[in-house]
Amino acid sequence: MTTLFGVPVQALLGQLLVGLINGSFYALLSLGLAVIFGLLRVINFAHGAQYMLGAFVALLLATKAGIGYWFALLLAPLIVGGFGALVERTMLSRLYKLDHLYGLLFTFGLALTIEGTFRYFFGASGQPYAAPPALQGAVNLGFMFLPIYRGWVVIASLAVCIGVWLLIERTKLGSYLRAATENPVLVQSFGINVPLLLTLTYGLGAALAALAGVLAAPVYQVSPLMGSNLIIIVFAVVVVGGMGSILGAIVTGYMLGVAEGMTKVFYPEASNIVIFVIMAIVLILRPAGLFGKDA
Amino acid sequence: MTKPLLTVAGLQAWYGESHVLHGVDLHVNEGEMICILGRNGMGKTTTLRTIMGILRKRTGQIIFDGRDMMGVPLHRTAQAGLGFVPEERGIFATLTVQENLLLPPVVAPGGMSIDEIYTLFPNLAERRSSPGTKLSGGEQQMLAMARILRTGAKCLLLDEPTEGLAPVIIQRIGEVLVTLKERGMTVILVEQNFRFASRVADRFYVMDHGKMVSEFPVQELPARMDMLNQVLGV
Repeated sequence: MTTLFGVPVQALLGQLLVGLINGSFYALLSLGLAVIFGLLRVINFAHGAQYMLGAFVALLLATKAGIGYWFALLLAPLIVGGFGALVERTMLSRLYKLDHLYGLLFTFGLALTIEGTFRYFFGASGQPYAAPPALQGAVNLGFMFLPIYRGWVVIASLAVCIGVWLLIERTKLGSYLRAATENPVLVQSFGINVPLLLTLTYGLGAALAALAGVLAAPVYQVSPLMGSNLIIIVFAVVVVGGMGSILGAIVTGYMLGVAEGMTKVFYPEASNIVIFVIMAIVLILRPAGLFGKDA
Repeated sequence: MTKPLLTVAGLQAWYGESHVLHGVDLHVNEGEMICILGRNGMGKTTTLRTIMGILRKRTGQIIFDGRDMMGVPLHRTAQAGLGFVPEERGIFATLTVQENLLLPPVVAPGGMSIDEIYTLFPNLAERRSSPGTKLSGGEQQMLAMARILRTGAKCLLLDEPTEGLAPVIIQRIGEVLVTLKERGMTVILVEQNFRFASRVADRFYVMDHGKMVSEFPVQELPARMDMLNQVLGV
């Protein structure tokens, strides 16, 4: 058997893939957090709950309405994004004038409420959600078997990340967003409806979380606590990437996913903490994060 | 030329609890360029910010182009035809020069085209794809002005455009203001540098402790130099 650094190549590639898949979810989730934090200055603690909502919407669409994966991939982000926009407009927007801590407390409370409600109705145990037939099975890459669905997750999340990055960096709407992140009052004085922009941005962040939730449903199980297990790691990703940095969130998401996977190969005992160790080191050496601007 | 485009009467404003404008009265006729003089902290910038609607805690009257502006939300003020160029210029670092230029939506026909702007400000044309804050202070000021000129705003609120700039750049900004005047643009200029302002402004207001204490046309400027030196403390 071929080995590399004393480790079988198959194990190495297998964990690389697992790392890339986890990294895909880290990247999608931290991207949404970064977009929201950049413009709204709100640390969205409800992000994990919105991810869970996405998975549950997909599950309920399938069990109650017979709507399959591909439509759920479109509908769940729309539904959860719309819910996010409604929450922003009716509740979160009232807190902007106060200290940023209130936004954090509000979203934290919102997350607990949503998760508690779902636990009440669905219990804490996970429910399976099948991958669509077209993405079931595996392909033999020669050196390993690649489950098709997992390959799809990596490609889909990469495409969405690049799409969102292009939207923000290369379009007119994105230039409004970047400008409003720097100086919302001036942008508003130019005649741009900044409150509406804030609502749409929060909706976009929630929709991204929900999309990640649908993608995750066939990989992990659908459970009310699936988000709260993940969100702490995602916060670490955002801190390492640099708060509010879009590119930082994406790149760091994949990077830390892979770092975690590799740790599982070389020193499995540390795999649960490696992301937090990296976070601590980055905070000491570069407090603004790898891609953050010192300010 | 005699119809007031903007009339401000009894304008008061507050920063939190602090009362900063104590009844400002002023008017600008269509196509006119007025200049507000005054020492630092007397309320010149606040006057512009309050007219624009950035400072919302305000009472009094602001009539622009026949329209009561007091209840108009900030994001609709620009559509009425008011354009604001802040003292700190407000160039966005994460946007290129061109993106900065195209950021404010066009509110009325009659604004400058991109080509006209790049002819008037050739420096900006050369640097259209560099990040906004890579520009020099003078270029940033030009960009901040150009950005508003494109929108077709009728009235420009211009806060200390010459601050911190070299004499040759100040002269260039003076030339731009003369061009704007020829195009019939109405301008409210806030300046400390009244020698600069005297070359472009038609009329002056002097501001002290949150209100206007005198008003005179540019012809009377020489006769008032002693008073101005005293009030402005130069």
